[in-house]
Amino acid sequence: MPTAGPASSTTTSNQHSGQTVRDVVIRLAGNSQDGIQAIGGFLARLAGRSDQDVMTFMTIPATIAGGPSIFQVRMGSGEILSPGDRSDLLVAFHQHSYEAHRAQLRDGGVLLYDSDTVKPDAADTRIRAVGAPITSGTVAATGGSAKDKGKNIYVLGLIARLFDLNVEKLKGLMKERFGKKSEDIFNQNVRIFNAAYAHPLDNDVRSAFEFGPARVSTGARPMVTMDGNQAIVMGLVAGGVRFGAAYPITPASSIMEDLRAALPKYGGMYVQCEDEIAAIATALGFSYAGHVAVTNTSGPGMSLKMEALGWGIMAEMPLIIVNVQRGGPSTGLPTMVEQSDLIQAIGGTHGDAPRIVLAPYSVGDCFYAAYEAAQLAREYSVPVIVLSDQAISTRIEAFQEPDLAKLYVEPAIQLKPVEGEYKAYAFDKATHHVPPGTPMLGGKYPTVTGLEHDETGHPNASAPNHQKMTIRRREKIKALAAKLPAPEVFGDQEGDVLLVGWGSTYGQIREAAKMLRSQGRKVGHLQIRNISPLPKGLAEIFAKYRHVDVVEINDEGLYGYGQLASLLRSALAIPTIRSICKTDGLTFKVQEILAGVSRLDASAKR
Amino acid sequence: MFTLTRPAPAAVPAAPLTKTTLKADNPTWCPGCGDFAVLAAFQRVLEKLQIPQHNLVTLAGIGCSSRLPYFVNTHGGHFIHGRALPFASGVSLGRDDLHVVVFGGDGDGFSIGGNHLDHTARKNIKITYVIMDNSVYGLTKKQTSPTSPVGFKSKTDPTGALDPALNPMRRLLGTGATFVARAYAGQLPHLTDMIERAMKHDGFSVVEVHTHCANFYDEAFDCFNSRKGGKFDTIDETKHDVTDLNAAFRLASMETPGVFGVFYDVKDQPSKNAREAGLMERVQANFKTTDGRALLQSAFNRMK
Repeated sequence: MPTAGPASSTTTSNQHSGQTVRDVVIRLAGNSQDGIQAIGGFLARLAGRSDQDVMTFMTIPATIAGGPSIFQVRMGSGEILSPGDRSDLLVAFHQHSYEAHRAQLRDGGVLLYDSDTVKPDAADTRIRAVGAPITSGTVAATGGSAKDKGKNIYVLGLIARLFDLNVEKLKGLMKERFGKKSEDIFNQNVRIFNAAYAHPLDNDVRSAFEFGPARVSTGARPMVTMDGNQAIVMGLVAGGVRFGAAYPITPASSIMEDLRAALPKYGGMYVQCEDEIAAIATALGFSYAGHVAVTNTSGPGMSLKMEALGWGIMAEMPLIIVNVQRGGPSTGLPTMVEQSDLIQAIGGTHGDAPRIVLAPYSVGDCFYAAYEAAQLAREYSVPVIVLSDQAISTRIEAFQEPDLAKLYVEPAIQLKPVEGEYKAYAFDKATHHVPPGTPMLGGKYPTVTGLEHDETGHPNASAPNHQKMTIRRREKIKALAAKLPAPEVFGDQEGDVLLVGWGSTYGQIREAAKMLRSQGRKVGHLQIRNISPLPKGLAEIFAKYRHVDVVEINDEGLYGYGQLASLLRSALAIPTIRSICKTDGLTFKVQEILAGVSRLDASAKR
Repeated sequence: MFTLTRPAPAAVPAAPLTKTTLKADNPTWCPGCGDFAVLAAFQRVLEKLQIPQHNLVTLAGIGCSSRLPYFVNTHGGHFIHGRALPFASGVSLGRDDLHVVVFGGDGDGFSIGGNHLDHTARKNIKITYVIMDNSVYGLTKKQTSPTSPVGFKSKTDPTGALDPALNPMRRLLGTGATFVARAYAGQLPHLTDMIERAMKHDGFSVVEVHTHCANFYDEAFDCFNSRKGGKFDTIDETKHDVTDLNAAFRLASMETPGVFGVFYDVKDQPSKNAREAGLMERVQANFKTTDGRALLQSAFNRMK
């Protein structure tokens, strides 16, 4: 696990002698109203703007205000894959923050605590503790005019001092954030920042946070920094989506908030509906009207949408459904992560109802998954589910700016008159419904329906017709499977263990694979992005390893396998597939994956 | 203002709407069903208004009445039970050039879809909604409906319905709908007039039509039928102020059989369609361009 420490390159611009570090993990621990997300956001954007790699990790309480909350930032000049198992710096706002997170600090790590509120254990020599008057310093800097509001900016000043961050760039970011509100608020925050920056911190814990050169692979495109939900919004807009509807639900609400604000600029709209069912129904109405539409939700809302999803599959309507997974069942863990909606995504709703499911594996991939979902929904006239999760939705990452010159889709409705009899559901080819407004020159106007229907869309309950239509709906999704790119394996292309994952666990699994390989084991990593249909060639890849260990944040279920593992076992009938599962509401740590592999290996030897 | 809700119209002259061009499937309703009258009235209105055929959209949920889209030759949709209104909302809000008419029964409107009725009406989305209320679940062969009277014997209440029926007109007036009318399948010219006025309304218009079920509740509306000892009184709009909600509630609270006609009709409320267009205009005024790619690029620039 790389952590802050001496590195070979030398520093140039530092006013004091410091060390160049590869990457650093900063954990901010406080309560939800302490504004620690804002500090994390500043640091993430500073790193992204400096062409550094960055990844954040956030837990937020389900309560309205108050309750413990953390924000972890990892940034560096190498490829950052995961938020980091242990931190180099812990900032503790409260005694409980210190107590809860002290063990997570690495040996020799730095505890930065509020000396007004926290009494650290003086006997603890494992770490270096540095106190600063975060509360009283903030109050003094503002002359008491805003009580202790602004503690987060004070901490930002301390961190800037500790790691010798680029103050001008940070103030530029503060100007962007506060300058819009008023010059006074910006100036007050600068006063707080300056007071903290001037606070003398113990010299020997000051380490220059001067990264090595930015990644070579960065390419010509600049980095953009955002969270997963924002990336989904950008991907949808780039893919030509201009209409949709939703009902607020954690942790998916920011998608609807952003779309509600953005789409009117582009000549579209996002409607807040009375409930989740109305939201998918309204989105389907937009799609029927000729606009490929989206609805976004999380677990409980996904459950409510199921009947209408089935209508979309039966009537063959393009639609995008974003499910930001959280812990379930029922209300479950609204602000914590779980990957337990996979089986629902591929099979939810009654009847045989094939659909497309994509699981983005990073914040950047949220953009591309949403973008592709729009293309696939259009091309295959079918609902496409984007299966994101809470971890990816709140995580801030920097990624290369997508190339809009190549990608951008300008939406348009074609109302070209249709000649003769139109078969919207031809047995032998993928077709599309005719949007209203289209003149039917043959004289017969179509009715889209959830009843089984013949090739023209007319209700038809005959047994042979239902058989043929079921095949049609299945085969068009299978046709996509044949077109998907072959899955790429990282690391050893054959050998001992293939680690398989899906969604937000990508970075941790990749790091685990690297560590196992550094121990001399022959290990590969494959992250499956197309959950339905699965890409071709998996069986051939799996056959090259003694074991295929599927890592996922869900339960092993009644039969000992997680949800993706169960799907893979049933689809491929390969007995070497095993499961590494957990359901503690948190993302996998690299160490937990390694422990899972060891456990499976030990039980295989018995 | 740049909007995608008004696509370039199809460049063909619309064929005139006649009984022949509007005819689609033969209705599958039972002989003697009141729903035939609603279909006939709707077709008469379409012949009169001569809206381009390709711009007409007829939608429905689930039930006997909800089969109507198959029987009229327009673009149509047969959605799921109770959710026709939100589906229609997407169609209407997404396309200013379409005329969206939704048909459904008392189950769709007052039971499974009750929540949607409230909010579609409150938002004043430009849709005409015709509720074909027969006070019984007919498609599933006689179960109690939310408008079945106490004592009504059905397969789910073999000893007679226990729960009070809801009052459809009070319910509709309470939703905030900006056009509310009441009609009876046995009075075709009046029913036609109500549907026509509803379709001309700019906003959410709803017509409650009492349509008897010949098989399972044939006698339901005998009280409106003068040949069977009932009476059909219409509202005198020189005496009833259709913009007075309290007066409308008083009409809705009359003893059965009550009165028929337009209870409530206000024209000064903007539709949601218009409000969303206003939002688009205001939002776009803040930006130098409506070029989508340039807008998205500037959004990316803010994240650098």
